[in-house]
Amino acid sequence: MAQEWTAENPTLLDRLIGVAGSIGKSLNDRIVYAGRLAAFSLSTIYWLFARPVNKSTLMAACYRIGVQSLPVIMLTGTFIGMVLAVQTHPQFKAVGLESRLGAAINLSLVKELGPVLAATMLAGRVGSAIAAELGTMRVTEQIDALSSMGPNPIHYLVVPRFIICLVMIPGLTIMADAMGVLGGAFFSIKLLGVDWGYYWEYSRNAVALYDVFAGMFKSVFFGGAIALISCYQGFNCDAGAEGVGKASTKSFVVSFVMILLLDLILGIFLDKINVVWLGGGPRAVV
Amino acid sequence: MADEEDRKETELETGGEPVWEGQVYTSADGTRRVLRRRPPVLEVRDLCVEFDDRYVLRDINLKVFKGETLAIIGESGCGKTVFLKTAIRLIAPTEGSVLFSGIDLEELNGRQLSEVRTRIGFVFQQAALFDSMSIGENIAFPILQTNPRTPRSELQDRVAELLFEVGMTPDVADRMPVELSGGMRKRVGFARALAAEPELMLYDEPTTGLDPIMSDVINELMIRARDNHKVTGIVVTHDMKSAKKVANRIVMFYPVSRLEEDESQIVYDGPAGEIDNSKDKRVTQFVEGLAGERLMEMTQARDA
Repeated sequence: MAQEWTAENPTLLDRLIGVAGSIGKSLNDRIVYAGRLAAFSLSTIYWLFARPVNKSTLMAACYRIGVQSLPVIMLTGTFIGMVLAVQTHPQFKAVGLESRLGAAINLSLVKELGPVLAATMLAGRVGSAIAAELGTMRVTEQIDALSSMGPNPIHYLVVPRFIICLVMIPGLTIMADAMGVLGGAFFSIKLLGVDWGYYWEYSRNAVALYDVFAGMFKSVFFGGAIALISCYQGFNCDAGAEGVGKASTKSFVVSFVMILLLDLILGIFLDKINVVWLGGGPRAVV
Repeated sequence: MADEEDRKETELETGGEPVWEGQVYTSADGTRRVLRRRPPVLEVRDLCVEFDDRYVLRDINLKVFKGETLAIIGESGCGKTVFLKTAIRLIAPTEGSVLFSGIDLEELNGRQLSEVRTRIGFVFQQAALFDSMSIGENIAFPILQTNPRTPRSELQDRVAELLFEVGMTPDVADRMPVELSGGMRKRVGFARALAAEPELMLYDEPTTGLDPIMSDVINELMIRARDNHKVTGIVVTHDMKSAKKVANRIVMFYPVSRLEEDESQIVYDGPAGEIDNSKDKRVTQFVEGLAGERLMEMTQARDA
């Protein structure tokens, strides 16, 4: 016998409709978010070319985003290199190929782990700071005050941060890569006893200039994504301290997902260019 | 009455501008004249603002004339601050239009709107000073927006002059906003709003959160801005004492949620000195601070 419907006792169909409704709403919210973020990004790109940027705001952003991130990014890079050495050494030693450790470490570093982990670290350090700073400006009406005096807030607040992230994040990624290479070499040669001549020789053979370029190319996109997402979250921050906190957290989460997504898309794209146009291909590490 | 005559004389400066109203009146020297008004400094027509399917402002029609100080009063949530932000298009209206000196703000592009905004000063409720800039940089900011090549020495003199005008010493210029008290921050906000010599000043609850003496200082600054700088003003406030002191005219908004479909949101629009004689119960309740009916509603809601 069919169960009688009451508000307290919904049927299976009602439950399914409820679940479908929730999924639909969630999907709709994400599409709206993506649309608004895209409009915000286009507006930023328009203001990037519409009017020159104030040099003093550019320098201030350069110091906060670039210079102050240097110690943490160097530390991150060093540890990525050393951890890679720790994790890969036993596997290579088991098959008697520990002399080729440098090739595995350095190729992973410059092509993949260096850019992605550096960007993740910067999404936490720089992105969250941008979202919190702009979010505080929003809730204390400083963005309204800025608009009321004439300047466009996107031109004045977002464009300098966007430019600096585009320039500095690849620069910081180079630093992370360099420190990772040194960290990996130090750990492999000094502590694990790998022969330094073979270590560098196999590294040189495995890592092409294109690999370094591919890592840098990706980091430009990561930098742009971090800046746009963080600024958007700050500009659309809810009221109060809780709103600022949520904006900061969401900026990191969305930036992280975007970094992974871009990494996949750009990875495929760059490999295709390498194989199809440049006639390159995967080089054997071992 | 002298103020009223002054206002009419001000409005007579037509200079070939379009005639907005053709009122015949007797001037101070006894001659009959036709009142020819310049376009109002600010005019809103059928203004509606809606958030989440809920009207905050509904069909507001209002004109603010040159030299006038208009106080907008009303209980919390009736849309006073939203009105002020809509007046310079920090909030886009759902319907209706806002005209500044006869220019419809909706028809302007971003650059033109920025230029119009430099002619309007805004004193925010919590001052909204830029945290990352010193007091001097905050005050100089609007000057640099209108004239980026202002020499440094001239800028410093102007900042000192503005600080002096709001009763502060020039050494404050090097301090950061976080180092100042609420009253000082508000006065700096006032100086910053005056810096670009605006035609219209918008004050969002300028005396809220201040002690009575500091409130009176801010009132005095608003009066000086009107008298010395010939600035038109719109003051949003809960403070009846302040409204009566600084304004020539008072407008009272009533929350849309408490209105019938055909009722106007503006329940009082008249001279500041006559608001005490209003026959409207909603106005007298607010002016006299009587919570009787609202308390009764709260009791009924609790009992229900």
